[in-house]
Amino acid sequence: MNFEFSEDQKLIQDQARQFLTEKCPVSQVRKVLDGEDTYDRALWQSIAELGWCGTAIDEQYGGLGLGPLELCVIAQELGRSLAPVPFYSTVYLAAEILQANGSEQQKQSLLPKIAAGEVIFCVAAAEKAGQQLLQAGDTQVSNGKLSGKKIAVLDGMDADYAIVSASADNGQSLYIVDLSQSGVERAVANSIDSSRPLATLSLSNVDAELLGNEGDAEAILTTAFNRAAVYTSFEQIGGCEATMQMGMDYTKQRFAFGRAIASFQAIKHIFADMYVAIELARSNAYYAAWALSVNDAQLPLAAATARVSAIDAYYFCTKQNIEAHGGMGFTWEFDCHLYYKRAQLLSSAIGSGRWWREQLVDHLLAA
Amino acid sequence: MDFNDSEEQAAFRAEIKTWLAANARPKREGLMGGGQEQRFDEAVEWYHKRYDAGYSCLTWPKEYGGQGLTQMHQVIWNQEVSQYGEPDEYFVIGIGNCGPALMAYSSEETKKELLPRMARADDIWCQLFSEPGAGSDVAGLSTKATQDGDSWKINGQKIWTSGAQYSRYGVILTRTDPDVSKYRGLTMFMIDLQQPGVEVKPIKQIDGGAHFNEVFFNDAVVPDSYRLGGVNEGWGAALTVLMNERLANATAAPDGFEDFFNWVKSAQLDGKPASEDPTVRDKLATWYTQHAGVDATTFRMITAVAKGGVPGAEGSLGKLVGASMNQDIANFVIEQLDAAGQLTDDESTPYGGHFQSAVLMAAGIRLAGGTDEIMRNIIAEQVLGLPQEPRADKGINFKDIPSGNTM
Repeated sequence: MNFEFSEDQKLIQDQARQFLTEKCPVSQVRKVLDGEDTYDRALWQSIAELGWCGTAIDEQYGGLGLGPLELCVIAQELGRSLAPVPFYSTVYLAAEILQANGSEQQKQSLLPKIAAGEVIFCVAAAEKAGQQLLQAGDTQVSNGKLSGKKIAVLDGMDADYAIVSASADNGQSLYIVDLSQSGVERAVANSIDSSRPLATLSLSNVDAELLGNEGDAEAILTTAFNRAAVYTSFEQIGGCEATMQMGMDYTKQRFAFGRAIASFQAIKHIFADMYVAIELARSNAYYAAWALSVNDAQLPLAAATARVSAIDAYYFCTKQNIEAHGGMGFTWEFDCHLYYKRAQLLSSAIGSGRWWREQLVDHLLAA
Repeated sequence: MDFNDSEEQAAFRAEIKTWLAANARPKREGLMGGGQEQRFDEAVEWYHKRYDAGYSCLTWPKEYGGQGLTQMHQVIWNQEVSQYGEPDEYFVIGIGNCGPALMAYSSEETKKELLPRMARADDIWCQLFSEPGAGSDVAGLSTKATQDGDSWKINGQKIWTSGAQYSRYGVILTRTDPDVSKYRGLTMFMIDLQQPGVEVKPIKQIDGGAHFNEVFFNDAVVPDSYRLGGVNEGWGAALTVLMNERLANATAAPDGFEDFFNWVKSAQLDGKPASEDPTVRDKLATWYTQHAGVDATTFRMITAVAKGGVPGAEGSLGKLVGASMNQDIANFVIEQLDAAGQLTDDESTPYGGHFQSAVLMAAGIRLAGGTDEIMRNIIAEQVLGLPQEPRADKGINFKDIPSGNTM
């Protein structure tokens, strides 16, 4: 048994961490948070040059041809640094969906551009509150033209293409929509985590190219979400680690009643509980990463377990970090809220805990 | 990342699979049947059988009754034996804690004489650390050892001693110098419990059983050759033992998930399968996530061990999560059973009263081997490196420190 990343994978992680520590300080994240831009263009450019976007894309399509495990360790560092770049939709979702379901022509035309960081994708599925992402909404395709309105679209402001779910003659299907055409309107939607803006996409009679088979949206997205859940959990763990470190550093130097507040059991136990939540999430994420890397039949259960674990851990760590900081943790000036907000965002990307807990239980009972 | 055995590990696994299939009894539903005495007898029988076949104390040297194998072999053994209903961990305190203490501190002659007997459960051992006035703060203990020529006289009282009523020997921590700070005046011994100066009184627990004991020492005699480590150097020796206890706890903490899952799959609530109930499903997701997380954490620890590392205080995690989850699971299932959930002897009670028993026992498991709060302190201070609690007893000689109940 070897339940650990390889030395090479750890090296990739160390390099990613060093790079992001230098290129993605919190001040950069704050520029997007404060609305100076919708993403950090210089950082995205550098990330593209390092080849990260093509980590898990086959070499024949311009990628590095490494595997999911290499992408997991990079994800952890992107999560730790709160990197404000459109990596999530483009790499964890679009690249994986295209690679698994795209036509040869689609793969050849789009994957090399993704690998090179030349195009940005978004995935547009949600239409209203309380509706799970896989459920059919009002978006329709007829005669090759797509119309509908999608909300809370991550990376939707910057994407060149959207993968859009819509009803067609043979059921809910996925389409690639070029967002530069007329008939596409987009607007920034005010959201909790403005360091990763969401968009409202209004699409009227736009050209749409079928992705995969008609009627396969649910199957394709389910598989894609299972894979993305693993990457997301590593982002969340990276965020958890940064959060816990921030809280420990602060409480060790903050004195009250004549002593460092980190020496009070009430504070120490907060961090012990964070540690437990993080370790459980990490172990579940490792297991899911292994299942993903060998395409094990347990992937759906393992991915759901990792996702639920990571959602819970990130929320717990970030809310308790604010608590441990006291009033300063509630200020815009301190960074606690950046992680708290990112935890919120990642908890609902690719479906919220409500849906994933159901997935987990369904797979567990069926096993 | 991979989960495959090496060739040699696979061969060992195949060998013990065959042996277990022929020699171990299958799991029984719910709690082990029979009373406490019967379970003890079954455990002794299993340890005899396992020792005689060459599968006891795999990591101990051969001359002390072990097999000279690696931690990985032990892990493989644990994985395979857990598929069966045998009480493989029953004497974990003796073998897991007292064994290493003897191995580190006793004479070669004693090791050769007593360790194989311990491994075969010919002699049962207990650990005599906690006292009425020294639980979480075990270094505050006051049982006295006074030198008398070539031997020592022990006076005082121990408590929460698991299995003392069956034990031939114990490892005891005593106060040998009250005029220095509390950590500096302790000495560790092994002691023969079958002597006139020792009295064992079982403690009736909240579930009616009596696993723990009070042990009274009234001029009990210990030869100096039974001393484990130097005079007044007992705290360092005790830490070795306590570290082993945490390891044992980490790998043997029942979290109750398997019983809960079996219940979910088979029970009916209001005429419908429990597995369709939204509240039950939500709990199932929460507890499975924790259960799977602890399991996978064990894989990570095993990987570290296989690479030559020593698992540290991280082991506290499994017990901290598992014990409390076990209690919550039992409480939840009882709630689902409505009024009938209160019954403990009715044949219609699922799993023969398992959850009703577990809800009581789990309260004790959260305390044994370090309370949840002590586990959190260990994680915070030893794993995360947070500052220690300022202590009111620092720089004060032991005899001047107030301890225990003061009212």
